[in-house]
Amino acid sequence: MNYQSEVSPDARKFKSIGTRPLRPDGLDKVTGKARFGADVSAPGMLHGVILRSPHAHALIKSIDTSKAEAAEGVHAVVTRADFGSDFDNPDVMDNVMAGKKALYDGHTVAAIAASSEAAARKALKLIKVEYEVLKGVTDVDAALAPDAPILHEDMVPDGVDPAPTKPTNIAHRHEFGHGDVDKGFKEADIIIERSFKTEAAHQGYIEPHACLATLGSDGRGELWCCTQGHYYVRELCADLLKIEESQLRVTASEIGGGFGGKTTVFIEPVALALSKKSNRPVKIVMSRNEVFRASGPTASSSVDVKIGVKKDGRITAGFANLRYQGGAYPGSPVEFGAMSAFACYDLENVKTVGYDIVTNRPKQVAYRAPGAPMAAFAIESVVDELAKKVGMDPIEFRLKNASSAGSKSSYGPTFSDIGLALTLETAKNHPHYSAPLGPNQGRGVACGFWFNFGGQTSVSLAVNADGTVGLSVGTPDIGGSRASLSLMVAEEMGVEYEKVRAIIADTASLGYNDVTDGSRVTFASGIAAIEASRNACKVMCARAAKTWGIPEDAVVWEDGHAKPAGSNAGDFKPMSLVEIAANASSTGGPIAGHHEINADGAGVSFSTHLADVEVDPETGRAEVVRYTVFQDAGKAIHPSYVEGQFQGGAVQGIGWALNEEYIYDNEGRLQNPGFLDYRIPVASDLPMIDAVILEVPNPGHPYGVRGVGETSIVPPLATVANALAAAAGIRMTDIPMSPPKVLKAIDEAK
Amino acid sequence: MRYEAPETIDAAVTLLAGEKGVARVLAGGTDLIIQMSGDMIEPDLIVDIKRIPLLKQISEEDGGFRIGAAVSGAELGEHAGVCALWPGVVEGVELIGSTQVQGRATLVGNLCNASPAADSVPALVAANAVARVIGPKASRDVPVSEIATGPGKTSLAAGEFVESVFLPARPDRSSDAYLRFIPRTEMDIAVVGAGVSLTLDENDVCTDARVSLGAVAARVLLVEEAAKALIGNKIDDKTLDNLAAAASAAATPINDKRGTVEFRTKVSGVLAKRAATIAADRAKGKK
Repeated sequence: MNYQSEVSPDARKFKSIGTRPLRPDGLDKVTGKARFGADVSAPGMLHGVILRSPHAHALIKSIDTSKAEAAEGVHAVVTRADFGSDFDNPDVMDNVMAGKKALYDGHTVAAIAASSEAAARKALKLIKVEYEVLKGVTDVDAALAPDAPILHEDMVPDGVDPAPTKPTNIAHRHEFGHGDVDKGFKEADIIIERSFKTEAAHQGYIEPHACLATLGSDGRGELWCCTQGHYYVRELCADLLKIEESQLRVTASEIGGGFGGKTTVFIEPVALALSKKSNRPVKIVMSRNEVFRASGPTASSSVDVKIGVKKDGRITAGFANLRYQGGAYPGSPVEFGAMSAFACYDLENVKTVGYDIVTNRPKQVAYRAPGAPMAAFAIESVVDELAKKVGMDPIEFRLKNASSAGSKSSYGPTFSDIGLALTLETAKNHPHYSAPLGPNQGRGVACGFWFNFGGQTSVSLAVNADGTVGLSVGTPDIGGSRASLSLMVAEEMGVEYEKVRAIIADTASLGYNDVTDGSRVTFASGIAAIEASRNACKVMCARAAKTWGIPEDAVVWEDGHAKPAGSNAGDFKPMSLVEIAANASSTGGPIAGHHEINADGAGVSFSTHLADVEVDPETGRAEVVRYTVFQDAGKAIHPSYVEGQFQGGAVQGIGWALNEEYIYDNEGRLQNPGFLDYRIPVASDLPMIDAVILEVPNPGHPYGVRGVGETSIVPPLATVANALAAAAGIRMTDIPMSPPKVLKAIDEAK
Repeated sequence: MRYEAPETIDAAVTLLAGEKGVARVLAGGTDLIIQMSGDMIEPDLIVDIKRIPLLKQISEEDGGFRIGAAVSGAELGEHAGVCALWPGVVEGVELIGSTQVQGRATLVGNLCNASPAADSVPALVAANAVARVIGPKASRDVPVSEIATGPGKTSLAAGEFVESVFLPARPDRSSDAYLRFIPRTEMDIAVVGAGVSLTLDENDVCTDARVSLGAVAARVLLVEEAAKALIGNKIDDKTLDNLAAAASAAATPINDKRGTVEFRTKVSGVLAKRAATIAADRAKGKK
C-alpha cells in the first residue's frame, strides 16, 4: 500500500497522534500485578528442570535416566529419544534437545518434571550421561583455521566457488555491492584498511525465559510463555511435538524484555514433551545462568574494512569482509551485516562479503538490528579516521558522502525520502556538538542504519455497547505498541485514547501474526489497526445511514461521529460513536472491524549519535559523560516511547561497546554467566541520553511511521570508539573497550 | 537442612559446635544465599545470628569501636562515631553490593566470606582491626588479616565464628581511605582494591601508615614496603610515586575474567596513590 497522499505535509491535523498519554501497562508493572512468564501456575502442576552439557563439544554416547525416573517425586524424564524425526526445523530441534552431539556448554541433554523443583534438581544428578569429549572452538577466526574442529560433518557452505570438498565451519557466503571497487581504490588519494573484532553480547532482558505447558495424549495443548511471537512458537512446537497447530493454543505473557532474544523456542517444546509424558501441566523457568549459557546472545564478529577517499573527502570505494559466528548452527546475522555495512553512504563502488560461521557456542538469536552494529563499528571507525586524514569535520565528511533520496544502496534498492542528512545536520547544529570538553574528554560521532520490516499482521477490534473499543492484536508488546496502536485507533475513530484497551490475543483468536521483530509492530500492526478502525467506522456509517434512511455512501466518519455528506449534508444531526454503539443491537448487531495484511513499505531509519567520553589515563576506564541521539522516526506516534527506544538502543550499544562480552575458557566453558561479570550498564554508569526525534514521513504508512526500535543500537559502538580516539589518541578495534584493553593501548601509545 | 535462630551467643556456639555436617552462620546472607542458590554449598545447618542482641550493636571501647557481627552496612554508615574515626572502613563497607544489599550485608560477613576482593577488608587490614572469635573453647582476638587464609577459606575452627570486629582508637591527624577499581560505578566486584590508613604530624609528615591491597593475591595483602614509602615523608608527588611503585611491586595478581596481571599490577599503584591522597586530606581535616 502507498499512503503518499495521506502523509504529504499538512494532509492531516492529528488529535491523538504525537501526544504522550500514560502507558496502559504501567500500573500493573509497578504494582506487581502484571503476569509474566513465571507468574502462572496450574492445579497438579509439575516443575521442569533441565540437564545441560558441561562440555563445549562432545559426542553423547549414552544417557541412563533409570535412576532419575525412579526418584521420589519424579513424573517424567525426557531426552531426544522422546522426540520424533523428520522435522521442518531440524536445527531448532537439535538446539532444544541435543541429538548425537552436545555442541556448546549449556546445551540441553535431558529434562525432568517432578512434584517440586527441589525433587527435580535432586533427580537431575541421577541422570548418567556418557560423553566423548571433543576439541571445540569458540573464536570466529579460529573456527576457520585448517585444523579447526568441525561441528557438523555435513556442512559445506553455499555461495562459495569452487565448493569445498571437505566439511567446514562455514554455513553460507553472502556478497553484496555494485560498481568496481578495484577501480575505485585506484582513484583514491588515501586508503585506510583495518581489522576489527566484536565479542558476543547478550540481549540482557531482565525476565528469564519461562513457560507453563499442558499437552494431553489427544494432542491438544495449551502453552503460556514469554515470547515476542506466540504464533511462531506454535508453529515450532507443532513441528517438534508433531501436533496440529489448531490444537495448540499459545498465549503470550507480559514480557520483561526481548530485544530479539525471545523470537524462538528453548524450553517450550521441552515443557510440552514433559507434560505429554507425565499427563500434568509442567512449568519451566530458566535461571540466569541458563539464560546466558543456553539462550541466544548475538554473534561475535571479525571484520576487515578498506575504504578509499579523494583529498576532497569523496569516498571512491568501500570494501568489507565480514565473518560472524552465530553459535552451533547456521544463521548468524552476517547477511544483514554485509547488507547494512555501507548503507549510510552513496557509493559508486562498494562490495561486501559475509561468512556465516558455526562455533561451539549457544545458537545466536536476533538482537536489536541483528548484525548491523558490528559492521557499523568497523565502517564508522574507518570513516572517522578518513575524515581526520583529509582534514574534514566528521559530520561534514559524512554529509558529503551521505545516502539520500535516489541513492542506490549498497545492498541493492534505491532509497526514497530518507532522513540521514537531516540527522547529521541537526547534530551539527545542536548545542552538544559545540559544547566545550573537559580534560581527558573527547567527542565522537557515528551514523547507523536499519532496514525495518513489515510482515504479516492480523488485528481485530470491537466497539462495545458503552462506546469503548477493545483492540486485539497478535504481536506481543515489547516496546509500547499497546499504547501506539491504541493511539492510532483513537485517532481514526475519534475516541479518547483512554477508551481504547489493547490486548495481546492468543493464537486461537486472530489470523497469523509474524513475530514482533524488525521494528515492525507500530508500522505493520499500526496499518492493520488503522484499517480495522476504518473498517468499523464504515460499519458505523452504515448503521447511521440505515437509521436516517439514506444511502451508506452518503455518510462519512469525522471526529468520532457519523455525518451525512454530499447532498444530504446537514440534513441530520451527526450521530456519535457512543450513540451508534448503544443502539447497535437494534441496527444490525455487534460492531467490529478487522484487517489482515502482509505489509511492505517499511521505511528505513537512519540516525546520528554524538558522545562525549572521558578516559581515566591511569586506569583506562572510559565514562560516557554526554550522549545525544538524532533519529528519523517517520512520525512519532507516542514520542515518549520513541525517545525510550532511542535511549534504550543507545544504552545497550554503550554497554556492548565498553564492558559486555562472552568470556570463554580454553575448554569452551562460559566464565561469566551472570549479571555480576556480564556487565550491562547500571543507571549510575550513564548520563541522561538526550533524544532528538526527526520526522521524514514514510509513505508506506498512513501517518508516515518508520520503525524506531533498532537503528539506535547501530551507531554507539563506533560513536564511543571515536570519542575514545579523540579523548586518548588511541584507535580501539576490539569490542568491548574494557579498561584493561584501553589502558594497554594508552600505555603502548606513549 | 535445618534453620536455627538462637537468641544468645552461647546457644549459637552450641548449635554450631554440635553440627556434624556442614554448618553456616547467616548474618545478612548476601553471600550465603547466593552460594546456596548457585549450588555451591548445601549446608545441613544454618544458624541465623541476627536475633542475638549483642551482635546487633556498635559499642565504644577504649576510644575505638566494637562492631557486632550482625550490624548491617546501612547501620554502620549511619554511625557518626565510626564514620568520623574510620571513614575508609565505612566507605569500603558501603561499596558492597547496592543500597538494597546494604540493608543486609555485614562487615563481619564480608570478612568471613574470605574473598580476596572483599571491599571492606583492605581498609580493615589497613586499620589493624581485630576480630573477636568465639567458639566451644575460649574466645580469642585475631588480627583481621589472619581470618582469611585463601579464597573462601578461613582460619576459623569448627564451631567458631567471628562475634565482632574492633576498630582501635587513633591519634589526632589520622585518617584512612579505601578505593576500588570496577568497570562500572556500582553493583560490581573489585578488580583491584586499596586501603590506606595514615597519621600525619603537625608538619604534614607521615608518622605512621598501613597500606593494604585487595584482589591482587589469594588474600588481602598488607604491603609494608608501601607503608615505608609514606612514613617519614610528606604526601607529595615523589612519595606517592614511591608508594605506587611499592604497591605495584607487591601485587601478585592473576589473569581472569575481571582483569589481567598487567592491568591489576599497574592499577594497584594508581589506587594506593589516590587512596593515600584522600586519607592525607582527611587527616588534615579537609573534606
